[in-house]
This record gives sequence, structure tokens and C-alpha cells, in this order.
Amino acid sequence: MPKSLFEKVWDAHSVRTLANGQTQLLIGTHLIHEVTSPQAFGMLRDLGLKVAMPHRTFATVDHIVPTDQLVEPYHDPLAQAMMTELRKNCAEFGITFFDRATGKQGIVHIVGPEQGITQPGTTIACGDSHTSTHGAFGAIAFGIGTTQIRDVLATQSMALGKLKVRRINVTGRLRPGVYAKDVILHIIRVLGVNGGTGFAYEYGGEVFDRFTMEERMTVCNMSIEGGARAGYVNPDETTFAYLKGRPYSPKGAEWDAAVARWKAVASDPGCHYDDVVTIPAAEIAPTVTWGINPGQGISITESIPDPATAKAVDEKASIEEALAYMKLRPGAPIKGTKIDVAFLGSCTNGRLSDFQEVAKYMQGRKVAPGVKAIAVPGSQIVALQCEKLGLDKILAEAGFEWRAAGCSMCLAMNPDKLIGDQLCASSSNRNFKGRQGSPTGRTILMSPLMVAAAAVTGAVADAREVFHVNN
Amino acid sequence: MALEKITSITGRGVCVPGNDIDTDRIIPARFMKCVTFDGLGEFLFFDVRKNADGTDKPHPLNEARFKGATVLLSGANFGCGSSREHAPQAIQKYGFRAIVAENFAEIFFGNCTTLGIPCATAAREDIAKIAAAIEKNPALEIVVDVAKQEIRFGGQSVKAEVRAAARDALVNGRWDAIGELLDGMTAMKATAAKLPYLAA
Ligand code: SF4
Repeated sequence: MPKSLFEKVWDAHSVRTLANGQTQLLIGTHLIHEVTSPQAFGMLRDLGLKVAMPHRTFATVDHIVPTDQLVEPYHDPLAQAMMTELRKNCAEFGITFFDRATGKQGIVHIVGPEQGITQPGTTIACGDSHTSTHGAFGAIAFGIGTTQIRDVLATQSMALGKLKVRRINVTGRLRPGVYAKDVILHIIRVLGVNGGTGFAYEYGGEVFDRFTMEERMTVCNMSIEGGARAGYVNPDETTFAYLKGRPYSPKGAEWDAAVARWKAVASDPGCHYDDVVTIPAAEIAPTVTWGINPGQGISITESIPDPATAKAVDEKASIEEALAYMKLRPGAPIKGTKIDVAFLGSCTNGRLSDFQEVAKYMQGRKVAPGVKAIAVPGSQIVALQCEKLGLDKILAEAGFEWRAAGCSMCLAMNPDKLIGDQLCASSSNRNFKGRQGSPTGRTILMSPLMVAAAAVTGAVADAREVFHVNN
Repeated sequence: MALEKITSITGRGVCVPGNDIDTDRIIPARFMKCVTFDGLGEFLFFDVRKNADGTDKPHPLNEARFKGATVLLSGANFGCGSSREHAPQAIQKYGFRAIVAENFAEIFFGNCTTLGIPCATAAREDIAKIAAAIEKNPALEIVVDVAKQEIRFGGQSVKAEVRAAARDALVNGRWDAIGELLDGMTAMKATAAKLPYLAA
């Protein structure tokens, strides 16, 4: 029987069936960070348990690190306490910690792939919903809560019900100026923010075949925003080329054996999917959000929805709520909406290719007066790569502040926050109320180049026009 | 580890209406700067309950008549967004023991179950009925019957659904999986030994 990658990985990692019918699933790789793990270590100590596989557990610090202060103690004593706690826990339980001093620190979903820890055919868990990012490599990766972190620490496994699989084909070719970010914003718009409940999304089709690993990661990253518990792309030559030579990638004869296994783990032709959706790439335009969840998106050429034309009562209420919060006018074009802040970064779009693409067009351009623009590399390694290429200089000359690696204004647990009802053009993944640090702060999600276009013009803009994109 | 068998929750209710109430709204990220979950209850729904100057905004949880409620009612896609367990922890620490909504986001649902908080789904009309009854009489006793999958209030009864795996876990007192997972350690190691990337 032909099987999907999801089924193969699930079966290979199934330990046994639990009394309630769920599966005890082996978790091959456990990633932890400072925000969701301290309580789990506390629970572990309360129960007198040890970490089952410390060598399969990797830690980094990302959410709370200041991006403009490198020396400790941090100004925020709570941030410092979380840092110290993680350091202590890793030392006590023998866990590898990519601390700032290692030069390998960064957002957990950027560090895993960069180090070659994220590999095809594996199971990965992390106390962070964007763990779905790692699915780009053909891993099945789950975001989990703190009690489950305790479970994985103590038993290298967790209890989980099997998911259904929805295959999403994006066919044809993307138009110029349309990016991976637009693909996922479009998918969420089409399938809804909870359309993925109960599913793992398998992304495929010509667009994904052609995508780089970084582009695949951008899409898989936001699977959770579509309600899917996991998202993945079948491993192929692009995957293997990315992994070759990375610190934790298999070496020598082991490499060949691994590649053979990785090839075999991809979904078999003719395997069963619980659902199949096909989206023509030509229908996807640069997409921006106008509301307070990532499914409330429109193409840059469209107008802001009008609650008066809503089909259902529910839809009307949610449009009204979103527009009231966003202070946007129904029926007005989204293009031209004034912005206050431009944020480049996050685990969705904080990788080398994101900064490269922006730098390519920002050369000789300037951030509009009055706009605060910050560029935050997703990891220390990304920062270094950018600096070697001089991208930091191009961005700085254009008026972006070039910061140290971390989550930064994606969720503003560090000092990078919106103030009052500032509106932010953001390359991150969530536009929830208050997400970027101010209870009334507003977020418009978009691709990095669209953020750059907004920064340059001081308003939501069509990057294709601003930068004459016709690649 | 003997856990409480959660077959039903009885208590007063409060409705926090709205769809897509995300975990950032349930507990804003800045309150996640903590190394224990203690004290999270007071920050539940903070930004929708409080003005910047610390005064109250109009919100059901700020109304004296709903104080002491243990059953939280809401709309569709409740708990979407981040996987932060701080959200169900804040709900539990505030005093809620069960949540009734049209449906729940996946990770949130799992996190709640693991903490022994039943998440029951009910039809929108039925939630509206319960909400209307609470509005009339905030002291009304509501029974979220996990085992029978129904909600009883003021002589009425509506259907509710608690997914099979979660229901089984709750009513049989195995909602916290750690005991069972530890029992499976030998099997876990055997599974790991068969996987080349873990055998190394
Ligand atoms: S960048 Fe944002 S979404 Fe990604 S891990 Fe950090 S806070 Fe979460």
C-alpha cells in the first residue's frame, strides 16, 4: 500500500497505543527555548524525573533577548531570570545550549535547520506553535504545551491522536513579486484560519518543487495559522543539498545511507490523502492582512472588506470587530494605508534570502521620514552571513536599524514594541490584537519586500510598483 | 499517579462572546515572562479587561455578578494561535474548570485536556441559550457532563461533544499522560533503537 510521508513517519515513531486510543509517539528531536521550558523543568524536578535523551534535546534563547543589548544582565530582570534559568537547566540536565556566546544562537526554528538538526523523516517537538517550520524538510514537527514538554523531556515521547493529511498543490508558476509569504497568506485566506483543524498539510506541486528550503520554511511556518497541527514538504534534492555539510548532518558513508532513507520516506505516488486542494499559482498576488487574524488577508490591489456586503452575520461581526481595532475604513483600498513601523524578521521571514531580497531593492532607497524601521536577523549565523555580504550596510544606509538576532517585535517579549496604536508593516506571522507589544498596536502581515516598499513610501504599497519588480 | 476522574463539572457560568479568541488575547505575551505559572490567573484576558491606566474596561469577567464562575463559554476557534500553555494555565488559575465553545484550536484543546480542563463543543444556538439563561440568572448552576456529553442548566439540557480520546482520558482519570508514558519507556527505547538517526 502506498503511504504518505506523514503515515510513514508516524508509523516508524509509534511506540504503542495508549488506553484512551491516542498514540505514544516517539519524538526524535526536542527543541526548547526560555519561555515555555522553565515550568516543564520545574515539573520534572517535582516528579523526581530525569531528561530521557539529553543528546536529542537542543536549546536556544530567542523570545526575550534584547536585540540592542548584548551584555548581561539585561535591563529587564525578568528576561535575565529566564535566561539564567535556561542556562541552569541545560547545565543540570546535560543539554546542548546554543547560547549567545556560541555564535549559533537564534530563533529556535531557524537554528534547527541551520545546524542540520532538522532532518527528513524525523519527529520534532518544541514548545512553540511555529515548530511546523521544520516540516519543510519532510519532518513531522509539532508545537506543544509546557506539560507536553515535560512529557518529552521525561520520556522522549508524547501522547497524540493521529492526524488526517491534506495535500495542497500549488500549480504553475508564481508571478514576479509574489513570494512564499504570499503563498501561505493566500492558502490561509482560502482555507480559513481553522480549516486545517485535525490535519497535517502536505504542500506540493510545481511551486514547491521549485522553492528553496528557505521558501518552504516560510510556508510550513504558518501552517499553524491555518489551524493545521503540522505542515510539510516531501524531501528532495533541494533538501539534501541544503543539509549537506551542516554541523549535525550525517557525514561520509552515513550521509549516503541517510539520503537513501530520506528519499524513501517521501510520499509514495498514489498514496491516500484525506483531502486534496489545488491552488493555481497565477491566482496568488502580493497579499496583506487587513484584520486581526492571518486569514483576514487581501491582495494589495483589493479594497478593505465592507461589513455591509458580508454574506453571514458572523462574518459581518468579525469584519466589524477587525476594522474597529485596525482603525481602517471599509471599502477603501488597503494600498496607501499609512504605517508607523516596518519590521523585517521573525521565524517566518528572518533568513538570509529575506534580507538579500530586500537589500537587492533597497540599495540607494531611503526609509520614509517618520517611519521606524528595524531589521532583525533570525539567528547569529544569519546576521553574520548578511554582514559578510554587506547587506546590513545597505539596510542601515537606507534607514533600517540592524539588530542582533532574536524574535524581537514578532511578539515583543523583549524591548522592541509598538507604542500606542502604531501600525506596523511586518514580515512576521501573527496580526492578533496586541501581538506586537502594545494592547492597541496594529499589524499588517506581508512579505519582506512588501515591508520594504511600505518603509520606503510610508504606507502600504505594491512592491512591484515601488521597486519595478519584473524578475 | 492517581488522578481525579473528571466526569462532570458543576458551577456558575460566564460567557466571553466572540470567535477566534486567540491565546495572545487570553494571556498577552508580556505576562509570559515568568519561570512558574503561579499568579497567571489575574492576567487572564488582561488587555481586553483593563485600560492602560489599570482601570476596568467593560468585560464579562469584570462584572461582579459573574464572579466565581467556573464554566467559561465562548465562540468558534477558541484558543487559536500560540501553543503557550500559559493560556489554559491562566484560565485554570483564574478558577475555571471547564470551557464550552463552538470549537477549539487543536493545540489549546490538547493543553487543556492535559491539565484536566474539559473542553466541550456545543452548537452555537445552544451556547446562546445557555448564555441567555446565565444573563437572566447569573447564579444559575450549569452542569457540563463530560461522560454523558451534555450540558444541563435550569431544567434544560443541550448536546455537547467532548472528543473520544479526551473524554476517555478525563472520565478515567488519565488526562495527564505522564504515568502511562513512563510505563512505555522500554517500548520507547525499542522503537528508538530501530530508527537509524536515533541509534547513532
Ligand atoms: S519569531 Fe515570532 S513566531 Fe517565531 S518563534 Fe519567535 S515569537 Fe514565535
